[in-house]
Amino acid sequence: MSDSVKLTVDGVEVTVPKGTVVVDAAKRVDVDIPVFCYHPKMDPVGMCRMCLVEIGTPVRDRETGEIVTDDNGEPQINFRGLQTGCTVEVSDGMVVRTATEVVTDARDDIIEFLLTSHPLDCPVCDKGGECPLQNLTMRHGRGTSRFVFSDKLKLAKNVPLGDLIYLDRERCIQCARCTRFQAEVVDDPVIAFHNRGRRLEIVTLSDPGFDSHWSGNTTDICPVGALTTADFRFGARPWELTPVASICPHCPVGCNTTMSIRQEARSGGRKVIKRIMPRQNEAVNEIWICDKGRFVHHYADAPERLTRPLVREGDELVETSWDEALDLVAGRLQMADSVAGLASDRLSNEDLFAFQTLLRQGLNSNDLDLADQRLAGGDVVADVGLASGSNLLEVGAGDAILVVASDLHQEAPVWWLRVKQAAERGATLVVLNARPTRLDKAATHAVHYRPGQTLGTVHSLLNAARVDTEPGRDALRAAAAALVEADNLVAFYGAEGLSYGETETLARLLANLLLLQDGANEGAAHAGRRNSGLIPVWPRGNTQGAWDMGIRPDLGPGYARLDQPGRAADAILADAHAGEIDALYLLGADPVGNGRLADRGRLDFLVVQELFLTETAALADVVLPAQSWAEREGTYTNGERRVQRFYPAIQPLGESRPDWQILAQIGERVGLDKPPFAASLMFRQIANAVPQYAAMDYRSLGRVEPQWPVVGGEDLYYGGTAYDNRSGLGQQWSVTAEQEAVDRFDLPPIDEQPADGLVAVPVAALYTPGTLLDKSELLQARAVAPALLLNSEDAQRLAVADGDVLAVTVGGVRQQVEAHVNGQTAPGVALLQGVSRSASGLVTAIDKVDNS
Amino acid sequence: MAHILLRHRDVENIHRYDIYAANGGYEGLKKALREHEPAQIIEMVRKANIRGRGGAGFPAGVKWGFIPKGEGRKYVVVNADESEAGTFKDRELIEYNPHQVIEGALICAYAIGAEAAYIYFRGEFMVAGQRFEQAIREGYANNAIGENIFGSDFSCHFLTHYGAGAYICGEETALLESLEGKLGQPRVRPPFPAQAGLYAKPTVVNNVETLANVPPVITRGPDWYLSIGTDRSPGPKIVCLSGHVKRPGNYEVPMGTSYRELIFGKEYGGGMSGDQPFKALLPSGGSAPVVTDEALDAPISFEGLEPYNSLLGSASLIVMDASVDMVWAASKLTHFFRHESCGKCTPCREGTYWMDRIYERLLDGRGRQADVALLESVAGQMQGEGLCALGEFATSPVLSTIRLFPEEYRAKVNGAAEQGQQQPAEAAVAAD
Repeated sequence: MSDSVKLTVDGVEVTVPKGTVVVDAAKRVDVDIPVFCYHPKMDPVGMCRMCLVEIGTPVRDRETGEIVTDDNGEPQINFRGLQTGCTVEVSDGMVVRTATEVVTDARDDIIEFLLTSHPLDCPVCDKGGECPLQNLTMRHGRGTSRFVFSDKLKLAKNVPLGDLIYLDRERCIQCARCTRFQAEVVDDPVIAFHNRGRRLEIVTLSDPGFDSHWSGNTTDICPVGALTTADFRFGARPWELTPVASICPHCPVGCNTTMSIRQEARSGGRKVIKRIMPRQNEAVNEIWICDKGRFVHHYADAPERLTRPLVREGDELVETSWDEALDLVAGRLQMADSVAGLASDRLSNEDLFAFQTLLRQGLNSNDLDLADQRLAGGDVVADVGLASGSNLLEVGAGDAILVVASDLHQEAPVWWLRVKQAAERGATLVVLNARPTRLDKAATHAVHYRPGQTLGTVHSLLNAARVDTEPGRDALRAAAAALVEADNLVAFYGAEGLSYGETETLARLLANLLLLQDGANEGAAHAGRRNSGLIPVWPRGNTQGAWDMGIRPDLGPGYARLDQPGRAADAILADAHAGEIDALYLLGADPVGNGRLADRGRLDFLVVQELFLTETAALADVVLPAQSWAEREGTYTNGERRVQRFYPAIQPLGESRPDWQILAQIGERVGLDKPPFAASLMFRQIANAVPQYAAMDYRSLGRVEPQWPVVGGEDLYYGGTAYDNRSGLGQQWSVTAEQEAVDRFDLPPIDEQPADGLVAVPVAALYTPGTLLDKSELLQARAVAPALLLNSEDAQRLAVADGDVLAVTVGGVRQQVEAHVNGQTAPGVALLQGVSRSASGLVTAIDKVDNS
Repeated sequence: MAHILLRHRDVENIHRYDIYAANGGYEGLKKALREHEPAQIIEMVRKANIRGRGGAGFPAGVKWGFIPKGEGRKYVVVNADESEAGTFKDRELIEYNPHQVIEGALICAYAIGAEAAYIYFRGEFMVAGQRFEQAIREGYANNAIGENIFGSDFSCHFLTHYGAGAYICGEETALLESLEGKLGQPRVRPPFPAQAGLYAKPTVVNNVETLANVPPVITRGPDWYLSIGTDRSPGPKIVCLSGHVKRPGNYEVPMGTSYRELIFGKEYGGGMSGDQPFKALLPSGGSAPVVTDEALDAPISFEGLEPYNSLLGSASLIVMDASVDMVWAASKLTHFFRHESCGKCTPCREGTYWMDRIYERLLDGRGRQADVALLESVAGQMQGEGLCALGEFATSPVLSTIRLFPEEYRAKVNGAAEQGQQQPAEAAVAAD
């Protein structure tokens, strides 16, 4: 039986996969069948009736089953009245008519019905200008209404469904896209229909209202202005907005976004970000983004942003000119005997590459590292990472996904969604963690090990996978068998409950699993196969890029091993404090604010390049104001190693400059080449130095190809108002295993001893308070309050009661948290929630804070 | 003639297991289990041509035959959401002759290979439902329900569920949604319940009365059944008679009995209740077009009202005498449909609301000349465009009254109320 079906739509022949519905088949040949309830990413429901078309099938002889032909030898077609094009699956020989009078009449009818109670408040509606109903009314609406205006239902127009999304009940046309998205796509059925008939209305069932990481997406797919976001509501008209392509910098997924920009008097003539919307990239985020990515951008406009360089004069930081500041920094760095640098993995590839160039070539120092060390294994990923050309959308039946020590729903929401959907398509999903996470619900095997036994558990999994075992009752062995037998294997790993060093071992263990050769693929390892490989759940948006650029004491750009490794982050901080390092350059890092550095100690010279005057910056000798990602261009590399471009959207704030430019300007002053004129030229330097990036430039990264489903453009009703991608799909660099055999990794002895005392494990939350979230008023209410989740046994032993305010010291960092005694954790382990992420470790001090 | 369905009218306390069993009860099931393969049962029901008594008239045997053979979970669902205006036949069966319904459902379960049967009561059927539940308990106690029924290999459990008062839940796919605990809204078909019904498993949904017809077909054979009624509509039919008749109530008659007989016959309706003459008949509550005197000699059967553009439906006859303002009657039904529209699809949700609003002003004396044509147009737009039949039903009283009583509509828009004794207009319903 063939997997494709041939049919005719308005006289045009089209061949589509079996199971395609008529609306999609028509779309393939550019025939737009209007829809409201149908959405190509959701199951059809046939509610709105807008897509009624004439559908005919060939008449078959009852006896022979042969197609009956007419006098001209053409098949006889039997039409059965109007049918909804969104629910009817195509069949061979089907004939679809979408342009007949009866179809046009039906569309006119439906539009007239919808407009009986829909207010024509387009002039003040946020959707006006990009509204499917408005567009279709222009095409199918009558010039005058037959409906008496006073008969119109008057309903509430300002209903908050929580603090992010507002509902206008009058505008709602009951298409159920939002409720179906929440239930079907993201499994957060927190909004639903209440009542029936014309009284049908959307209500929220959760407390707080619309409690979901995904709520903003409902406003994109809402075909009318019924759902609007709190920050865009009444903020601008769509035709005043300029779309600018960007990449979300907040997690390793690297969602493609569009910033809608308006230059406005209200903001003093500045261009401002009015909203952030998804931009289609089916290989990354499809057409979805999480609410953090959508709403947290407000920090870019925060009044606390640094606008001019600052230099220390005595106890004060005073404003100065760039030339003075740069000369001062260059001079002091050159004078210093030893210079070290720490960078944030929030910065772009261009910035990070310029940083390593300055440190290594300009200042001759390998004392260079990432400031925040959560997850290691970048070099392992370079060998066995997810192979190029992969797309999680293609992972399904016959494949397997393993997720270890990560809570994807909190750390990388879109990955959670895509992994969950792969499991729904039939992939075997194995989730290993010390505690239940949201992903367990979708898992085939969810294995919870005792805290502190991550590596041992994964080692057992690897051993079980190595020997050709029958799937036993043991969940781990069953999981191992499933992983080995899978056509494709994707392994995600995180850092929950692990030290930096342990994450390195975890990456190696998983690499060896991917390198096993006795699996399903005729003796070939999974590593190197398309849709197989390792994905690190990096703590930030460009950690991958930082590894690629060589922000490591032991690795240069492109993972070149250094003969003389420098000091790692901990040593740099300790030595700087002790005065054994003369000058410290911090690029977007705030070790004082993170509690890793008490003060400057005996450090001679401190330069901080930042957006805000952080606690560390306040102690610096020079503070250099950088631009946010919205003000400049650059590239990020996501956890799937896809290098993606983002574009300048708004004017720079004050005199702030792009990080790479500042670094290159200092570089020039210490004897390096003149700074490149543009970020694209900086990227060319990267392409020359990093073999993995050799085939990339800004032009190739900006390339697009047609994607399915078709969204954006004229037919807003089809996929919602998500933007189509015109600015680049990015390029995924290929790993070693794609080109040559990779040897198994050596493993250090695994020795996980039970801790002698209470261990605190920080757990990720999407809305963990931090520099950026704190600046976004809208998400304040969602911020997760700092808390220590304790087992009642431990609580009793420590004489801590639920609700007590505690000062907890872990790894030398003291943090104030509220005690939650809920018994969900194992004895001896406490979860640290809502704190800027620090490593897990022994709780060395726990004191009650008098909060009276 | 002894009743075939309303047997409690002949045999006192037949709702009790012992009395039902002593009067030939469960013989059909026993015979089925003892003598027939499931496929033979389906064949017998098909041959007897038991047509669906819920209103659609779809042959039960054909429906059962759609269920895929072989392994896998299947369900029987008894539709007891009797909600059509003027329909009260299923309630009488549930309350007074429950075992015959249970027996019919179990025979169906045996025929299609189901191990569980559900009955979905309309929420208001509390007393009837409790009576039915008592019958289920007795069935379990007497091995008529449960494991290895009557010593056979066949096991089937019986579960009850009460709706929350929605007309739409009588529609079989909305009923299944509601039974699954979801909002009662119809599903897109295909897939049909026979392919993917309750919990996405193959499911037969039959009306209470339909299933009550099954046991006598098994005990007495299809030929006996075919000897009753008309060629295309065999068997007995319970007719619900209400309105302006002397003796309203349920009457079990052979299909083919005339409407006139039912309304005026001494043993049935006994004629008009007042001194006003007959004016119009709603042959199936609100869901079929109104007919007038000219249709009364038609036989009560699925085909009988075809010449008069109407339907048998659930055979709930609402008789109206000359005192009734037909615009008012149509408005009451329109209001009902507007209230009961589930809101899932646009034409029904918006169309019923719109029509209701037009009727409001017609009855208030605010009607406009164009309103009658508008009503016709709106109703016309609703036809053929909805997801389920409810929207279609809602147009029946509107279009049929406009066609049959145009002068009453004209009188309304001319602001004159001399047409008959006008019923007090309903207080305008606040926008809810």
